[in-house]
Amino acid sequence: MSYLSFSCLGPGAGQDVGRSCILVSIAGKNVMLDCGMHMGYNDDRRFPDFSYITQNGRLTDFLDCVIISHFHLDHCGALPYFSEMVGYDGPIYMTHPTKAICPILLEDYRKITVDKKGETNFFTSQMIKDCMKKVVAVHLHQTVQVDEELEIKAYYAGHVLGAAMFQIKVGCESVVYTGDYNMTPDRHLGAAWIDKCRPDLLITESTYATTIRDSKRCRERDFLKKVHETVERGGKVLIPVFALGRAQELCILLETFWERMNLKAPIYFSTGLTEKANHYYKLFITWTNQKIRKTFVQRNMFEFKHIKAFDRAFADNPGPMVVFATPGMLHAGQSLQIFRKWAGNEKNMVIMPGYCVQGTVGHKILSGQRKLEMEGRQILEVKMQVEYMSFSAHADAKGIMQLIRQAEPRNVLLVHGEAKKMEFLKQKIEQEFHVNCYMPANGETTTIFTNPSIPVDISLGLLKRETAIGLSPDVKKPKLMHGTLIMKDNSFRLVSPEQALKELGLAEHQLRFTCRVHIQDPRKEHETALRVYNHLKGQVQVLKDYSVQHLPDGSITVESILIQATAHSEDQGTKVLLVSWTYQDEELGSFLTSLLKKGLPQGTS
Amino acid sequence: MAAHLKKRVYEEFTKVVQQQHEDLSAKKLRLTKPSKSAALHVDLCKATSPADALQYLLQFARKPVEVESVEGVVRILLEHYYKENDASVRLKIASLLGLLSKTAGFSPDCIMDDAINTLQNEKSHQVLAQLLDTLLVIGTKLPENPSVRIRLVEVACKHLTDSSHGVRNKCLQLIGCLGPVEKGVAKEVESQAAKDVQKIIGDHFNDQDPRVRTAAIKAMLQLHERGLKLQQAIYSQACKLLADDYEQVRSAAVQLIWVLSQLYPESIVPIPSSNEEIRLVDDAFGKICHMVSDGSWVVRVQAAKLLGSMQQVSSHFLEQTLDKKLMSDLRRKRTAHERAKELYSSGEFSSGRKWGDDAPKEEIDTGAVNLIESGACGAFVHGLEDEMYEVRIAAVEALCMLAQSSPSFAEKCLDFLVDMFNDEIEEVRLQSIHTMRKISNNITLREDQLDTVLAVLEDSSRDIREALHELLCCTNVSTKEGIHLALVELLKNLTKYPTDRESIWKCLKFLGSRHPTLVLPLVPELLSTHPFFDTPEPDMDDPAYIAVLVLIFNAAKSCPTMPALFSDHTFRHYAYLRDSLSHLVPPLRLPGRKLVSSPVSPSITPHEDPSQQFLHQSLERVYNLQHLDPQGIQELLEFTIRDLQRLGELQSELAGMADFSATYLQCQLLLIKALQEKLWNVAAPLYLKQNALASAAAKQILEETYKMEFMYSGVESRQVVIIHHMRLQAKALQLIVTARTTRGAEPLFGMCEKFLQEVDSFQRCFISELPHMQGSFVDKLLDLMPRLVTSKPSEVVKILQTTLRQSTFLHLPLPEQLHRATANIIEPTGESDNPLRFTSGLVVALDVDATLEHVQDPQGTVKVQVLYPDGQAQLIHPKPADFRNPGPGRHRLITQVYLSHTAWTEPCQIEVRLLLAYNSNRSKASAKIPKSTWSESLEALPQPENGIEGTIPFSKPVKVYIMPKPARR
Repeated sequence: MSYLSFSCLGPGAGQDVGRSCILVSIAGKNVMLDCGMHMGYNDDRRFPDFSYITQNGRLTDFLDCVIISHFHLDHCGALPYFSEMVGYDGPIYMTHPTKAICPILLEDYRKITVDKKGETNFFTSQMIKDCMKKVVAVHLHQTVQVDEELEIKAYYAGHVLGAAMFQIKVGCESVVYTGDYNMTPDRHLGAAWIDKCRPDLLITESTYATTIRDSKRCRERDFLKKVHETVERGGKVLIPVFALGRAQELCILLETFWERMNLKAPIYFSTGLTEKANHYYKLFITWTNQKIRKTFVQRNMFEFKHIKAFDRAFADNPGPMVVFATPGMLHAGQSLQIFRKWAGNEKNMVIMPGYCVQGTVGHKILSGQRKLEMEGRQILEVKMQVEYMSFSAHADAKGIMQLIRQAEPRNVLLVHGEAKKMEFLKQKIEQEFHVNCYMPANGETTTIFTNPSIPVDISLGLLKRETAIGLSPDVKKPKLMHGTLIMKDNSFRLVSPEQALKELGLAEHQLRFTCRVHIQDPRKEHETALRVYNHLKGQVQVLKDYSVQHLPDGSITVESILIQATAHSEDQGTKVLLVSWTYQDEELGSFLTSLLKKGLPQGTS
Repeated sequence: MAAHLKKRVYEEFTKVVQQQHEDLSAKKLRLTKPSKSAALHVDLCKATSPADALQYLLQFARKPVEVESVEGVVRILLEHYYKENDASVRLKIASLLGLLSKTAGFSPDCIMDDAINTLQNEKSHQVLAQLLDTLLVIGTKLPENPSVRIRLVEVACKHLTDSSHGVRNKCLQLIGCLGPVEKGVAKEVESQAAKDVQKIIGDHFNDQDPRVRTAAIKAMLQLHERGLKLQQAIYSQACKLLADDYEQVRSAAVQLIWVLSQLYPESIVPIPSSNEEIRLVDDAFGKICHMVSDGSWVVRVQAAKLLGSMQQVSSHFLEQTLDKKLMSDLRRKRTAHERAKELYSSGEFSSGRKWGDDAPKEEIDTGAVNLIESGACGAFVHGLEDEMYEVRIAAVEALCMLAQSSPSFAEKCLDFLVDMFNDEIEEVRLQSIHTMRKISNNITLREDQLDTVLAVLEDSSRDIREALHELLCCTNVSTKEGIHLALVELLKNLTKYPTDRESIWKCLKFLGSRHPTLVLPLVPELLSTHPFFDTPEPDMDDPAYIAVLVLIFNAAKSCPTMPALFSDHTFRHYAYLRDSLSHLVPPLRLPGRKLVSSPVSPSITPHEDPSQQFLHQSLERVYNLQHLDPQGIQELLEFTIRDLQRLGELQSELAGMADFSATYLQCQLLLIKALQEKLWNVAAPLYLKQNALASAAAKQILEETYKMEFMYSGVESRQVVIIHHMRLQAKALQLIVTARTTRGAEPLFGMCEKFLQEVDSFQRCFISELPHMQGSFVDKLLDLMPRLVTSKPSEVVKILQTTLRQSTFLHLPLPEQLHRATANIIEPTGESDNPLRFTSGLVVALDVDATLEHVQDPQGTVKVQVLYPDGQAQLIHPKPADFRNPGPGRHRLITQVYLSHTAWTEPCQIEVRLLLAYNSNRSKASAKIPKSTWSESLEALPQPENGIEGTIPFSKPVKVYIMPKPARR
């Protein structure tokens, strides 16, 4: 019996969307999965409570490693705080693209918090750099040996560039952590994939636990059609996006559409952050989908031909254009500025490609508000068209089930979702796959008992000998074997008894059982022996596979079992049958004894 | 006398055969000289180490072994096999045995016992596997011998318990290929093999090695292919294999399930964990659908492909494949498709303005939602969204096949196909457009669907656009708005890509003729006529206006009320277009006008067609009147040729026949004219000029015969004989002319020899046709053959001359179908005045776009020729991928031709044309040479006798203005 323990740190990762930070203990190893922050809070609650992990003592001593699944801030935002300010010096694992893009986002986040909002007691640029030095980058499907026992392996997860699922394995126990993943491919990334690794536990996100989504093609077509129509009409299209992730997908979508349809209207992309990120998208071609991977030799899809950098002055240019601007919820910055300029014209259009938090301009216009109050009591009338398109890159309920089917875990644990929705999915999983499913609350620890199989080395000679005895080997059925188990230096070996004796330097002792059976038989000894022999020969059903021999000296052998008949020293009418067998033949020996005890049948001579 | 001579002819023929015989024996001598087996024996004995022996064997394997010595070689190999201790050498010997028993003409039953014996004592697993492979070869070589097969299967069964996967693999393969298929045989032979082969193979479905499991399933499939009816009991076993860990096992299992579902579609199987039962084919369909979301894309492709061929599945299951059962927050949600449909039926159009438009509606019962086990649910939705385009293509193909057999499904899958028009990979888009075209007779496009379809017209890929035009040709549109939309989009397409002109016109032609009633209300708007005012006359050369007219005129054909709406200039334009674009504009019954051409009532079958009658009559006339005086013949021929040519121009379906016959008569005419020269009797040197005329005639006949032979598709052997005969006559004429003009007999010797050889080969090739050629040139010539062989050239020439004059001319029977290969270069148009400028020494790419009709194997035969003004000609072989096949008998060549030249001072025109390459022995010679079984023996094959290669120009040349500029320094 061994156990896996699992706990979510603070609000966020458990039955809630927002912040991921999970601690897993597997066979005595402690691994932290993701180190995210909550975007909704501006106080201490934004970072996980690391004091939960260990009350006293350094984190480095307690944790064996930290794994980051992808570069979204709700999965890696607290990393510099954790490693530099709380103090952790152990290894941090992430994929190459994540390692490349993560610091850009962290730096951006730091700038907004410190420079714009003027907060103190926050991590510095230097801390981000120092933190990144502790990062070990891994490749897809590369097995990384953290220490002698703990190994991790990354699988492709879709979602964003460089997102990965991780398999953590100690001995024969394993956990798969999915992070965020996407089971349907999109324009720039492929679908998540995992092999049949049969982990003891699968920790999966469940953002869309109760949703089955429509085919993405309709969404794409709608999006393109709307953009195209507006541009043909001579209108301007504003697409507020966050700098990384969906923005690239939409860019590719529009770029290929422009290429296909031979359109001439300009497409612009704002912010310098994206340029840097696009650079990495170009570099990490192997992480993208089939189409981009196959065609990058002719042309890298991220080298946009139609999409150019945006300048503030362009917003006033006449004629149609498409602009991607940050941030995605229209709450501040460039996207809001452009929105103000264009909102008055009904020819124009704004397309919101994602979810908007309550209170933002984005949310207001999506809920149908047509008159907005801006700062300075200005009233902005929105005449432009407002569209909503969902381009989410999380697996839906079907996708989650599909992943479970692929991996075939023994237990499933749902995180990163709403409790009510998870309840539904949990029930479904238990019903369809007949596996245990858990959904711990924040701060709760779940313990799962596993039934580990223990590998034993067997000597080849013994294996061959044993397989030769029985029928052809069958993996599906357990097989009984005779051998000696040697436990030495943390290893198990199964060897033949002879070899075990030799290794231990012991002489072999033979253990024989002997038993005397008294039979009333007035005849001569050898005649008795002959009767016994005939009797045994007569037992065709039981003894047909054994050789029964009558030796010249009057004794009878059944395989290695010896039977001798002697006259009783006192009573000549009673014959004593001496049955003797080694302990290996215990079964046969006791059978023979009991057979002989029943007496010999009369009339056979 | 004639009979005697015939006999001689046949004697000669047998003599020829003997020569061949000698030839063969000579070959044999050369090959057997160093007695291969003996050499091998010596070599192997010499070998000191296994490595040496291996080297010898490898060398030995490079050369073929003739049939007679195979057995000897096998014996020697076996002898060494028993002596050999090294496993690798034994392995090589075993593989050689297999290779040798494949030798054509060798019956391996004599070595079978030995081969089986070798198995007995073999310890190495690899060698065992190889030996079983050899046995498999032997078994397949002896299909007529059931007892051998049974024996081999027995051997294989014995080795099935081997511990090596390789051996088990081969055993299963062998059982699969050789296992008894007929039940009777199995009963007859009371032995181990009489056991059920299926049972034996089925036991290995649970083998511990995935490779063996795969081999077992493959063997089962092999048995099925050989005609054994698989038992239904296997189905449940196969279903378990679908969850195997290894992709090749799953892939094979999917196939097996498919096979079983085709065998027992109607059997009933229980659904596990419930009391219900369903048809096997439905169950299998659900299971295969499930595999469309497998982890391995190979399996996904396999599954998606097979789905297409499961047509017996019930429609209820079929339609589930398109339904993913959307939900959001546990509430049922309608798909975008459903929403679009609803919007359309409610009369409202366009949407999305409202936030929460797609808000989920009713609550879902949580218990009723099956997330994954719902079998067929949404399989195609997943397949069409797959990451790998291979899977998507397979899914589209499957959709196509299923939709063709089920109209209701076709209706449903339309939305999904339309969605695929936006795929990121062009191949997938193209495939889905083609699919849509194939099912288009089952469907009617809704307006919103049409809208999506038409959006693709702006695609920059020409293939996509043309495929879409083809699609529009055969779609049904439901409303007049739809027609209008289609027209507007097509016109937009026309302005954006003017090169699509032809294709768009054609598309509109069909669109018009399919929907006359829908076009009718649009006419005033389209022609912009006004009830009170005269509108300006549109420009007649505007392609867009022509496009509109094509649509209207074609609709008007079956809508007699329409012409009343036309204005005056429309009628004038009709008359003009009817002449200039007769293939696009149909004859119309216009008020106050006579029809331009008399209507051909459709009841007349082609045989009674007057034009066809005319063709036959005129030909009959020529063939009957062969005894007229030469002058009369000539005139008649001239008239008939003229008639035929004109007929060909008028009746496109008879053009092939008419041209073909006209060409033949032309040849005949030339021959007669050449022979009519009165100067043959006069001493030659004085009349060089006239001889030039005769020799030119001979040359032309030769050219024409090649055209006749290679430019027409549908030419049968009867015609080929006549054509060759004509060619022979032309050659004879050539010989005579040369004899007349050259002095001295030496050069003539060679020529005569060659001519006689040709007669000889003609006779050999067409021996069966000779009886039909009574009284012809060749018939007479063959009668005189013995004399010709022995006589001097001058005499030969004399004989030839008289025979040529006396011979009757042969009736050319016409085949059922005859089409002339034609090519039309669409681009370059040759109208441009702007020279194509490029730096000399560098290359410039010229886009060539041409349509080819009735060309067989265009990849091999069509070439592009570029003629420079300096007489330099360049021949370009287009890539096979440059040819597209839009329809039967039609091809499209879209290629780039690279031009280069040294600097010119002036721009000048080059000519581009298409050539048809031919090779006179292409058709006949290739089939006769048997392929050598030894893959390594690539000795050069003897070249078949004098093949004549050449090219025929078959398109009008197009002039391109180019200007290579000198390079700047």
